Amino acid sequence: MSSAVTDAPSKPSLIDSISPSSVEPVEDKAERAEIDRAMRGVVLLFYGAAIAWLLIGSLFALIASLKFNIPGFVADTAAMTFGRIRPAHLNAVIYGWAAQAAIGTGLWLMARLCRVSVRHGGILYVAWALYNFGVTLGILGILSGAGTSVEYLEFPRWASVVVFAAFALIAIWTVIMFRFRKPGHVYVTQWYILAAFFWFPWLYATANLIIFYLPVQAAVQGPVNWWFGHNVLGLFFTPIGVGAAYYLIPKVIGRPVHSYYLSILGFWSLAFFYSWNGMHHLIGGPFPAWLISASIVASFMMVIPVITTGINHHFTMKGHFGALRWSPTLRFTVFGAMCYTVASLQGSSMAIRSWNQITHFTHYTIGHAHIGMYGFFTMVMFGAMYYIVPRLVEWEWPSATLIRWHFWLCAVGISVMFCALSVAGLVQGFALNDPTIPFLASTRFTLAFLWMRSVAGLMMTAGHVVFAASFALILLKAGSRRQRPTLFAAPEESAA
Amino acid sequence: MPLLLTGIFLTFLTSWIGLVAMPYLQIGRYKPEIDEVTKESLPPAFSGEADQGAVVYASNGCIYCHSQQVRPLEAGSDLERGWGARRTVARDYMYDKVAYFGTMRTGPDLSNIGARQPSLEWHYQHLYQPQVVSPGSIMPPYRFLFVKRRIVGQPANDAVKLLPPDQPEPGYEVVPTAEARSLVQYLTSLKRSSYPLPEAPEETPAK
Repeated sequence: MSSAVTDAPSKPSLIDSISPSSVEPVEDKAERAEIDRAMRGVVLLFYGAAIAWLLIGSLFALIASLKFNIPGFVADTAAMTFGRIRPAHLNAVIYGWAAQAAIGTGLWLMARLCRVSVRHGGILYVAWALYNFGVTLGILGILSGAGTSVEYLEFPRWASVVVFAAFALIAIWTVIMFRFRKPGHVYVTQWYILAAFFWFPWLYATANLIIFYLPVQAAVQGPVNWWFGHNVLGLFFTPIGVGAAYYLIPKVIGRPVHSYYLSILGFWSLAFFYSWNGMHHLIGGPFPAWLISASIVASFMMVIPVITTGINHHFTMKGHFGALRWSPTLRFTVFGAMCYTVASLQGSSMAIRSWNQITHFTHYTIGHAHIGMYGFFTMVMFGAMYYIVPRLVEWEWPSATLIRWHFWLCAVGISVMFCALSVAGLVQGFALNDPTIPFLASTRFTLAFLWMRSVAGLMMTAGHVVFAASFALILLKAGSRRQRPTLFAAPEESAA
Repeated sequence: MPLLLTGIFLTFLTSWIGLVAMPYLQIGRYKPEIDEVTKESLPPAFSGEADQGAVVYASNGCIYCHSQQVRPLEAGSDLERGWGARRTVARDYMYDKVAYFGTMRTGPDLSNIGARQPSLEWHYQHLYQPQVVSPGSIMPPYRFLFVKRRIVGQPANDAVKLLPPDQPEPGYEVVPTAEARSLVQYLTSLKRSSYPLPEAPEETPAK
């Protein structure tokens, strides 16, 4: 049944071939199967909802993108005005797609690595329903004009309260899973997931309380907003994405992570430095200089965890890059991990004041946001889903062709989007920075690139539709039962 | 596990202290300052209608194209573009209920738009027909903030004088809704850094 063990065939040595301990004990396989069965309903629900929101969020994105080139496009309906569709897109893909993909993946990884299944798992079903109810309320709130215009916190209060309650339930269950884990070594992925689920409810509650419930003066809201906004990316999505990559890469190629000590360094330096980055969103703004400088320094110190993780993943993969030829999981995950390095190093550079002077307020920042949340996080989540779903459904993906289309549409799409937005942003930024160039020209220069961005977005949306179709087919157990995992090509006979 | 949780908690706490608690202590406790000459408070408080206009600003997501922060000379060309007499400082936002600093400049910075465009008429026209008022602009029209109706008796006092080709047919007028009126009150009261403050003298960009 489970394809977990046979992903990376390797030639056994003579001793291996006669030693009973080189064959995996039945109890381990049975334990994994039991955990998969216990987690099946919850994880598939979160994944299904995530994919639905991905499609909705992609549609919002297309509408928003077209408005740059066609300002009158559906402009007479208040609900479709750019200022509402754009935050609807952001919240749908962040809280609808990305967070639920993170929750599903995090829960499964935690269950498997802690080797526990969830008791009173019915509560997680309630959490799922509550969470999606909250997100739906929030999106409808934004479209109907109740959005707050505080970035990443646009949901009206009556929606964010529901989202928080749901997330708190999920976080508690994750911590419980960790607390009652089977004795044995704790793997780096478990730290990352525990930390992410611990940090996010705290971030969400604090930011909402301070900005919307307490009467703080407006100037304080800037730092709190971006302490939250950046930490959602750095202390929730990044740990889950990096943690997932740390699990998936070794699993698929059948080799352990290159260095345990590097992974510890990577984790703690991320925990400490990332949380101080937030003010780099406000360089040049009306805030104390020490605060901005502290964030710039922290943004640069991020090079430490990023290079550490990059080295660790690279040396784990070294000699096995050929596996990218046949493994869908690996292809998405390694693409994602590489985008993580690119996005993070780019981010560090954008915090330098003289460079920030050019890129701030431009499409360059949007390009950076997408190479991070999409190129890195979303692609790693696709990789995780391609790995996890067959284990839950006890069926293999019906079509390697659909997976191939999914990968190439999304990989090419995000690459084109990133390049188009980066060039657009630089042209815009240099124009803005030259006071002899009229303001309207800075926008005019971006228009051709924004058409390219719409085309790229269309490709990515098509990729999402293909993936949704694959997901529906595997849930329906379409096609005939396969003996081997669905791969792009036959794996090599010997591990390099 | 206790060690892990303590570490996770402590690293997070340091950032909370640095980016939440300290900003509150440093820039979150302004008292109004009174100008010695005019006896007005600095910054001036918003009128009630302007406060409502800020909600309309948020409701329609104006921040996703417009910023409200003027960078100093060494950090950008904001001042050279005439977007303010000086950079904005934290005190300038004292009376805002919610801060709308913004992170995109698809459109120009609005911190001092009330000083640059004081005419209510200009704002109504611009919201209704941005491409006519600013040729080349990609700002979407906000016609849903207005009502086109048949003229009954006399034309309304605040009927908007539109430019071709959006002028209503004879017998009809275009009138701003309450939302449009409050939004324009808000926009025309945005003069955040049009005057000096003790902590922020006016800056003259070098020619």
